[in-house]
Amino acid sequence: MSEKEVGAETREFGFATRAVHAGARPEPHSGARATPIFQTTSYVFEDPEAAAAYFNLQEYGNTYSRIMNPTVAAFEERIANLEGGVGAVAFASGLAAQAGAFFTALQPGDHVVASRALYGGTLTQIKHLERKLGFEVTFVDPDEPDNWKGAVRPETRLFFGETIGNPGGNVLDIEAVAAIAHRHGVPLMVDSTFATPYLCRPLEWGADIVVHSTTKFIGGHGNSIGGVVVESGRFPWDNGKFPGIADPSPAYHGLAFQATFGEYGFLMKLRAETLRDLGACMSPFNAFLFGLGAETLPLRMERHTANALEVATFLTRRPEVERVAHPGLPGSRYAALVAKYLPRGAGAVFSFDLKGGRRAGTRFIRELNVFSHLANVGDAKSLVIHPASTTHRQLDDEELRGAGISPGTIRLSVGIEDPGDLIWDLKRGLEAAAAEPAGDESSEEAVACPL
Amino acid sequence: MSSVVACELPPPAPGNGSGVDLAPYQDAGTIRRLLTSARTVAVVGLSPRELRASYFVGFYLQRNGYRVVPVNPREREILGEKCYPSVAAIEEPVDVVNVFRAPAAVPGIVEECAGRAKAIWLQYGVIHKEAAERARELGLEVVMDRCMKVEHARHLGRLHWLGFTTRRITARRG
Repeated sequence: MSEKEVGAETREFGFATRAVHAGARPEPHSGARATPIFQTTSYVFEDPEAAAAYFNLQEYGNTYSRIMNPTVAAFEERIANLEGGVGAVAFASGLAAQAGAFFTALQPGDHVVASRALYGGTLTQIKHLERKLGFEVTFVDPDEPDNWKGAVRPETRLFFGETIGNPGGNVLDIEAVAAIAHRHGVPLMVDSTFATPYLCRPLEWGADIVVHSTTKFIGGHGNSIGGVVVESGRFPWDNGKFPGIADPSPAYHGLAFQATFGEYGFLMKLRAETLRDLGACMSPFNAFLFGLGAETLPLRMERHTANALEVATFLTRRPEVERVAHPGLPGSRYAALVAKYLPRGAGAVFSFDLKGGRRAGTRFIRELNVFSHLANVGDAKSLVIHPASTTHRQLDDEELRGAGISPGTIRLSVGIEDPGDLIWDLKRGLEAAAAEPAGDESSEEAVACPL
Repeated sequence: MSSVVACELPPPAPGNGSGVDLAPYQDAGTIRRLLTSARTVAVVGLSPRELRASYFVGFYLQRNGYRVVPVNPREREILGEKCYPSVAAIEEPVDVVNVFRAPAAVPGIVEECAGRAKAIWLQYGVIHKEAAERARELGLEVVMDRCMKVEHARHLGRLHWLGFTTRRITARRG
């Protein structure tokens, strides 16, 4: 082996280099430089001993694409590398990734402390799983670390929040909340979809698990559904509170995952048991597209965040706008947390409230020509939605308020187009909204586009 | 085998564990060179029980072409190989002595390695600063608080097939 190659083993490569290269070395058999799409269900074993070793988890070998696939693995390693984790497991969607983490960490009777400002789909998922799987959740206002501390019970096993709340823009004090979690022997899991590892790496601030909907900025082009779980490898899952991970597993002849795999114990459990059993694996083609998206993540996030701040600043100057909840604006209540956790930008998804409530919001959306009205965020294209009638429709009024949403709230996901064109589009929408007579806030007829 | 330390205990978090600066004993270049040059690996504290971490490592190293020499005074044969009661009793040259014992046992093992082995490799959690320094004085290369199986899989094997971070960045075909 040459000295040059040894040098490459120890060099600390930068984020942009790793975004392009991590996980994707030239394919050894063909020399293919792009990561090939391994569109295969299964893999021929070298010999019967190899097969036995793979199924005993004694050797690292491909068995079946529900549990592992080379294209998916290249993407998993890329995201794990960018987040600073020991590894990652990809799932069919962001919600599947979260469910996978819950299934692995929790068992019936456990208690979770979670932010009440979570994405609506996440809140709904948690409430369903709470009933069906027999764990309990206490939702807290995430902005005050003492709230997390006050909700802890003896049976608490997980803290869960979002780096940047959807759509309220709450910025989590990751270091403070992680410290509280660790004092009680439990891990902090963070949904960092809105930040991406380019803007914030929660594991560096003490979080233990990071989940992403890779559908959003990591994929970046609105073409695939996927999710991923990244783990730090530092949490002591053998501290007595997590028998599901530390105790011998009957499915593997009594193998104790934490004692055997150490820093890889949680992720091995997540893959070899949870992913195996839930079956919500990422398709190789989606992993190919996500890996491609991740290559340009630094470039896109620079543009997304710059455009978003320009658009938000424009909105603050408009008479039709009641409030702009972009955490990166001067005077934001989250300014100190943004400076600490999000120095490269506070993301590209934020909400604002129109004067005139629900009816003005409907008129505004109807007028837009560049912003797409749909239920997604994190696309290269600019997107707009009215949360009360769509993404957060399952929530009652009190829950809506808890998530920082009013009937007239509009959520934007600012894309990478020319900012002047985005402002032109929004200006036309605002002028149309202002011409609309004030509407009945509760009128069902005013819902623009029920999905 | 109560004195056998589980292989993959989590490495101590920075500032939160042994207080030992481990970086000089975890150099990726040294690790890669040892893995590519070594042929014979003595595994001290190798358990005959298939579910123990030491067995996972011994089994893996054997599958990947290394000659594994078990060191365990309570056993006669493990992994089809003759078991020796100590490093000093081994009757052949050894490249790497891979240690699964509690840290307190390390100084004695280091002295036995002198003149018999080229390197000593201490598994996760087997941390002993003075013994590591002494090993270097004796001319041994030292790796500490790393798993030989994981590092092999990282640098030469298939750790990436499970989505784990290898930190390997290269545009070379290989």
